[in-house]
Amino acid sequence: MTPGQIALRALIVGFIVVLLFITGFAYTTLLERKVLARLQHRVGPNRAGYIPIPTRGGKERKFLAGIMQPAADAVKLFFKEDITPGRVDWYIYNLAPMLAVIPAILITAVIPLAGKVPGLVPDPYNYFAVAPGLNVAVLFVLAITSIGVYGVVLAGWASNSKYAILGGIRASAQMISYELAMGLSVLIPIMLSGSMDLGEIVEAQKGFWYVLQVPAAFIFSIAVLAELQRAPFDLLEAEQELSAGFNVEYGGMRFGMFFMAEYMKMASLSAIAATLFFGGYLGPFVDQVPALGFLYLTIKIIVGLLLMIWIRATFPRLRYDQLMNFGWKVLLPVSVMNFVIMAIVLVLQEEGALQPLVNTMVGLFGG
Amino acid sequence: MGSPILFFILAFIAVLSALGMLLSRNAIYSALFLVLNFVTIAILYLVLNAPFIAMVQITVYAGAIMVLFLFVIMLLGAERLGGVASSRDWEWATAGILGGVLLLVFMLELVLKPGGGTTELAATFIDTSPAALGMRLFEAYVFPFELTGVLLLAAMIGVVVLGRTKKRGKDV
Repeated sequence: MTPGQIALRALIVGFIVVLLFITGFAYTTLLERKVLARLQHRVGPNRAGYIPIPTRGGKERKFLAGIMQPAADAVKLFFKEDITPGRVDWYIYNLAPMLAVIPAILITAVIPLAGKVPGLVPDPYNYFAVAPGLNVAVLFVLAITSIGVYGVVLAGWASNSKYAILGGIRASAQMISYELAMGLSVLIPIMLSGSMDLGEIVEAQKGFWYVLQVPAAFIFSIAVLAELQRAPFDLLEAEQELSAGFNVEYGGMRFGMFFMAEYMKMASLSAIAATLFFGGYLGPFVDQVPALGFLYLTIKIIVGLLLMIWIRATFPRLRYDQLMNFGWKVLLPVSVMNFVIMAIVLVLQEEGALQPLVNTMVGLFGG
Repeated sequence: MGSPILFFILAFIAVLSALGMLLSRNAIYSALFLVLNFVTIAILYLVLNAPFIAMVQITVYAGAIMVLFLFVIMLLGAERLGGVASSRDWEWATAGILGGVLLLVFMLELVLKPGGGTTELAATFIDTSPAALGMRLFEAYVFPFELTGVLLLAAMIGVVVLGRTKKRGKDV
């Protein structure tokens, strides 16, 4: 393919994928509200739209009540009065929501969405993604997530509000602290697969999913929650202390963009987690019918989202000093240890010295 | 690699953002211009077929160091430049002379070398995958690499020692 064709393909595929993720974002908000409500013995939004199912008694049953709630929310956000508070820093105040959304969308570029689907994947590559074959895809994800904090920090600063700036300061400290643990846990799939290409990492998981390397998967999940600023790490919008934190001065669609950034990042990072640790698009019969990959990845993303919602409903928020202590004194040392042990084991295995060593250990301690 | 037009657009943005960083009176704006500069340089690396360095540039500089800068600026509330702005004549003169000398050195380097050094770059094209880079780093350049590691460790220990709060009544 010529560079022009590659660019055109990336543009078209990227457009479709981004549209899918934006629709997904709308329904992720509904999913969160509904599941959270059920976990708290409430009903959740059930007024906007339903699918009528006739029953024998003549009354119809309202199936999937609230299915149009995202549309109603979007209409409300778009038509709200657009208020800019006085004495804000106008440029940065308007720039911040965009800086929050753009990274959330950019991550989707490198996610391998399916295997080699006939007709969709150009020849040198063997998986389907917007930008396949990027040999630094994992680093790309780390770079983009680390950029993502600017939206929140700048929103906090530009709002000229004490609550907002406290939220922004907390966000910047939290992101720097948890990025290290995240970067170190991402190294495990890279070492096991010998590649930084997300597609190759998925292909290398055909034997076993890397979630079997439990500490890394666990650390990655915790760090992702912290990067997403989701409960129990949502200190920067702690309602009880900061009213709403960084976005307290935002309304209408500008607030909507922060909302969108959060939920799109939830979806894209749970796709990354699925890719790195849960076999990505792999599943039964995916070798015969590669298009099944889309389905498997979607299922894995939804499971990830449900897990995040469940965690939000279950755990209380950390205090600020607990957050810092946990990040620096627990998560980081554990991930360094995990990384070092994994490296030693892999080298021993490569040299063929692992099995004799295990046998000696068993002989010494196992009797 | 890459077209000259792309290079000149990126160079223009890079220089402009560097100027904006120097000239803006607000520390937050300065920091943001610097971030823009880093990102533009990262894209330049990409154009030069060095994706690894581009990504590391964004992760380390734009993603970590500048966030730390913003954190400190916001924590101290030091975004506005006070009345001690450097508008003294001799400062401007010194800066101008030093800058001029630097520019002259660059120019001489470019003029004296035939082809402006561009032919060499094209000739030494190597495999830029992370694996190849790692092999080079740990084989050809392993000593400088380890030395940098030791240096960073020393700096970190220094910070920990300096930043340690003294226990009351005891000189630690």
